[in-house]
Amino acid sequence: MSQFTDWDILRNLLLAARWTILLSLLAFAGGSIVGLLLTFMRISRRKPLIWITRIYIEIFQGTPLLMQLFIAFFGLGLLGIDVSAWTAAALALTLFSSAFLSDIWRGCVESLPKGQWEASRCLGLNYLQTMRYVILPQALRIAIPPTVGFSVQIVKGTALASIIGFVELTKAGTMLNNATFEPFKVFAMVALIYFLLCYPLSRASQYLEEKLNVAGKRA
Amino acid sequence: MGYELNFGALLEYQDVLLSGLWMTVKLTVVSTLLGIMLGILGAAARRHRNPFLRHGSKAYVELIRNTPFIVQLFFIFFGLPAIGIKMTEVEAGILALVINLGAYLTEIIRAGIDNTPKGQIEAARTLGLSSRQIFIRIILPPAFQRVYSSVVSQCIIVMLGSAVVSQISVQELTFAANFIQSRNFLSFESYLVAALLYLLLAFLMRLIFNLIGSRAFSREEKQS
Amino acid sequence: MSLVSVRDVHKYFGDLHVLKGIDLDVKAGEVVSIIGRSGSGKSTLLRCMNGLESYDQGAIILDGMEVSTDEFQVRKLSQSVGMVFQSFNLFPHLTVGENIMLAPTLIKKTNKAEAKKLAQEVLEKVGLGDKFGQYPEKLSGGQQQRVAIARSLAMKPKVLLCDEITSALDPELVGDVLKVLEQLAAEGMTLILVTHEMNFARDVGDRVVFMHQGKVHETGDAKTVLADPQTPELRQFIGAVL
Repeated sequence: MSQFTDWDILRNLLLAARWTILLSLLAFAGGSIVGLLLTFMRISRRKPLIWITRIYIEIFQGTPLLMQLFIAFFGLGLLGIDVSAWTAAALALTLFSSAFLSDIWRGCVESLPKGQWEASRCLGLNYLQTMRYVILPQALRIAIPPTVGFSVQIVKGTALASIIGFVELTKAGTMLNNATFEPFKVFAMVALIYFLLCYPLSRASQYLEEKLNVAGKRA
Repeated sequence: MGYELNFGALLEYQDVLLSGLWMTVKLTVVSTLLGIMLGILGAAARRHRNPFLRHGSKAYVELIRNTPFIVQLFFIFFGLPAIGIKMTEVEAGILALVINLGAYLTEIIRAGIDNTPKGQIEAARTLGLSSRQIFIRIILPPAFQRVYSSVVSQCIIVMLGSAVVSQISVQELTFAANFIQSRNFLSFESYLVAALLYLLLAFLMRLIFNLIGSRAFSREEKQS
Repeated sequence: MSLVSVRDVHKYFGDLHVLKGIDLDVKAGEVVSIIGRSGSGKSTLLRCMNGLESYDQGAIILDGMEVSTDEFQVRKLSQSVGMVFQSFNLFPHLTVGENIMLAPTLIKKTNKAEAKKLAQEVLEKVGLGDKFGQYPEKLSGGQQQRVAIARSLAMKPKVLLCDEITSALDPELVGDVLKVLEQLAAEGMTLILVTHEMNFARDVGDRVVFMHQGKVHETGDAKTVLADPQTPELRQFIGAVL
């Protein structure tokens, strides 16, 4: 029955993994842009802006990513916008990532000692100058490890796009399983490919974190 | 826009929705309890004398944290029966949730344990406690308290992740929403209502965990 | 027959030779103060006596048992030797009463009611009878340290090792803790203390052991040695401390 060799399975999975990578990159880029915007809103000291971002984050952190995908997929359709699974997935993952990234980044900005703000004020810097020259350069440094860490969540999140029919690694896995009836082998391979994508990112995040801690202690 | 949202039409499916919600609650309660136990065991294994346990626990954590939940679920539900391990949809769903949560909690609890002051362990040794007694009585309770809020967040993440078990036909909340929209074609409304219910569950979970936490970790004087 | 006997004990931390052949005998009921600069090896010696620290050569016999870091041996030793630490090390998640009852119920299998009675007794002894249900974080440092002493006493040890137990306390709280030690000494408890409290060493202690560069440099009757040190190192040390 099975005209698929192991190599065929692996080759098809790897081809599909390109879409996983592309979707991840897109979600990460989109999530970063929207997330940055949200972060600025959140630390703006303007009550309405702060409330909007808080609610936004609550919603995206408090509902399943799968629901967000469904709602993006079907909701955009209602608005008369004809969406492909690809568009819906990219949109949902962008919004999902932006909520988490902005939460991470806000934490980084707020973790800086108050003295930094006070010292800047004493030097006569205004809010924007303080941000630009004092706060952001420092916050950026401590934000890198958790941001890299979150990229693992994005890669894993793209797997759910398979449910709305986008053919990436997981969907290719289920399709190959239906063709070969070798679920153990197929899903083990799928898991392995995800692992090979995610593990280096996890390790990089840990490594950067440790490096930062060492540097912090020396300072 | 030329479309009017129609939530009223969902009313006739409220039983389906409620039974789905109930299943999600049950899945969450069971996998949270078992997941916490697995996380504690995993963290204990990480500091065990036996190197196989130590490395095994580490490999387990890395493997689970670096693969998507849905793939873990499919591997358990479709892959394991292929090598003779058969189970129902609900069993497979719970197993996948527990294994997933256990890995994250292993890492979280281990971090709490690593922050145990050395003097605590020395004092306990001096009093004659065995390694096991020291772990259970001296190290674990304050460590768990230190990381409690991370534990709670992770349990909530896993509750939200349980939406994915609808894909192996466990009849929980997302499955119910799928079912309803396949009948009345009100996809947007169905999923929006389900999403709101998840939001509510997440809120309630945090509330309940906080209540439990504030009781369990109270440092008010005890009447003897 | 001495209760604690240390014979030619050597200890290395890597290349560092921290204990260079220590000999020391402590009889039941004696109060021995180990003094010396930081880094002289005094705390290490104390921690070797109950198996918290291993030693590389020589022998330590305590209450007839050979001391080692083997878990089983440490547990057996805990019936004979108690220890109080500089940083109190009370268990923060347990009340004062639970801190004290823990070891008797777990190790000696004392029943709950009896353990409670015992805990109340030792708490009265350190002057904190009203703190039974309180959590450690609600107590002052001095009170916490007295609870730590009570916790050790509940195991009815024959020797109590005290590792700089007043060093982490605010000056005004030191007195209460020393008073408890003085009372224990008067009741005949064997005490071995690493301490910087020279007045206490002189007035309450029977013997002083001055450690210098990993060796016992000078030792003898507390009052004599402190009043009339024979070596320049001890003279200098006393001059610096007083």
